[in-house]
Amino acid sequence: MLEVRGLEVHYGGIAAVKGIDLQVSKGELVCLIGANGAGKTTTLKAIAALVPRSRGDIRLGGDSTAGLASFELVRRGLALVPEGRGVFGRLTVRENLEMGAYHRSDGEVGQDLEKVFALMPRLHERRNQTGGTLSGGEQQMLAIGRSLMSRPKLLLLDEPSMGLAPLMVQKVFETIQAIARGGVTILLVEQNAKLALELAGRAYVMESGCITLAGDAGALLTDQRVREAYLGE
Amino acid sequence: MSAVDFEILLQQILNGLVLGSVYALVALGYTMVYGVLGLINFAHGEVVMIGALSTLSAARLLQSVLPGLPGPIVLLLSTLAAIPVCMALGYTIERVAYRPLRFAPRLAPLITAIGVSILLQNIAMVVWGRSYHSFPAYVSTEPFQVFGATMTPVQVVIIVVAMAIMAGLMFLVHRTKLGRAMRATAENQSVAGLMGVNINAIISITFVIGSALAAVAGVMVAANYSIAHYYMGFVLGLKAFTAAVLGGIGNLGGAVAGGLLLGLIESLGAGYIGDLTGGFMGSNYQDVFAFFVLIMVLVFRPSGLMGERVAERA
Repeated sequence: MLEVRGLEVHYGGIAAVKGIDLQVSKGELVCLIGANGAGKTTTLKAIAALVPRSRGDIRLGGDSTAGLASFELVRRGLALVPEGRGVFGRLTVRENLEMGAYHRSDGEVGQDLEKVFALMPRLHERRNQTGGTLSGGEQQMLAIGRSLMSRPKLLLLDEPSMGLAPLMVQKVFETIQAIARGGVTILLVEQNAKLALELAGRAYVMESGCITLAGDAGALLTDQRVREAYLGE
Repeated sequence: MSAVDFEILLQQILNGLVLGSVYALVALGYTMVYGVLGLINFAHGEVVMIGALSTLSAARLLQSVLPGLPGPIVLLLSTLAAIPVCMALGYTIERVAYRPLRFAPRLAPLITAIGVSILLQNIAMVVWGRSYHSFPAYVSTEPFQVFGATMTPVQVVIIVVAMAIMAGLMFLVHRTKLGRAMRATAENQSVAGLMGVNINAIISITFVIGSALAAVAGVMVAANYSIAHYYMGFVLGLKAFTAAVLGGIGNLGGAVAGGLLLGLIESLGAGYIGDLTGGFMGSNYQDVFAFFVLIMVLVFRPSGLMGERVAERA
């Protein structure tokens, strides 16, 4: 589904991502963990063409994404829930969700809207409120729900637990699990390594722009290096 | 208040509404562009001017081909011809002058905007000459009485058309998919892109719509004062910019409110300044009011009447 080879990203003269390889197969839930500033967000942004890559090849469903803008990638089944959620604060909840289906012209948008409301009843209650009036957790749910409205094949999630109360984090992760079970391929970036590793099938560990460990999430959860660096033991 | 006093007051209010409708149409162009790009398009006033002058040229051409055509039809058809000219102009201005500077420091596009404004004035001077052109009364300017005040049919048309266009724009922005994409782009370009919105296309459309409104506003000003010239867009543009700031730049409702309010302030101010200063200052001080308002808003309430509170951002 997603293949990244030798990806390098520079901000000015500084290398944020230094030639990484990663791949996510259809139906997988893969997580990318690492400390602040390791280059995880930059990696996702490069995949979604929000930042230009300096070198490397990114393939989505087998096709190279070189030269495509982010709005074109949406049409190829890519959705990114950005760090900080990116909810449109002045649009209503319903309008935010409709924006998710912006590129679609099929007649099933209304149906999908009902599905998202069924998955997240809170959003239905608040459908006519503006996005800016929602709590952090509700905004995160809205951002995820909005991404589903595009009917993604590959969903990229950037720090969905950031700034949320523990109970809300749990809710968000349950939702992510439900989405994965529904057949959406997911690449999850998280600082909350424990939660992410428990949820994911496979995982990559990123450190200062490089991938230093990769493998089965369960195995990484018991790996001594991971436990020391990310699980605080 | 005596009957005469009331009639004078009503007259100033009517004049203010006519003036204000035009300001509002132009202010919408400023505020829409500011909304999506954070840029003050100082060339917008020149688009108004080009709208008026190309309408005039189209009308002359039309009348030489079909001499018997009734005035209102001539005006309608030539305005419809001038609108696409201005739309193309707006598109080109963004494409050539602003897009290359999208990620430049804010001062660069601002200086460019002033440059484009001067360039367009000079092009217009070459094409239409330096002289004032009288704008024929295609719609009757024969006054009629409303409760003692006088109004002309052209003024009624201005108010009605302006209100209809503004209602249409509000519908477009708040009730259609395109409008939703415009609002989303105004709020967060990169996230709108992640939703599949082609940001460049939305920015182009914003310029094109704003320029169409400017074309109509240009025709209104020319028809109301029966005059058009290459310099008419400059002061009008500054006043409409003032109206946009007064209403809260970036806010469509604010631009409409600011435009109407500024029209009323100017008209009432010019109408009564003579009495207030014992004849020392006359209605030729009309322009002072708009810029006095601009200074006051910038000093005391820079976010304008309906300005967005920054905290609203998610």
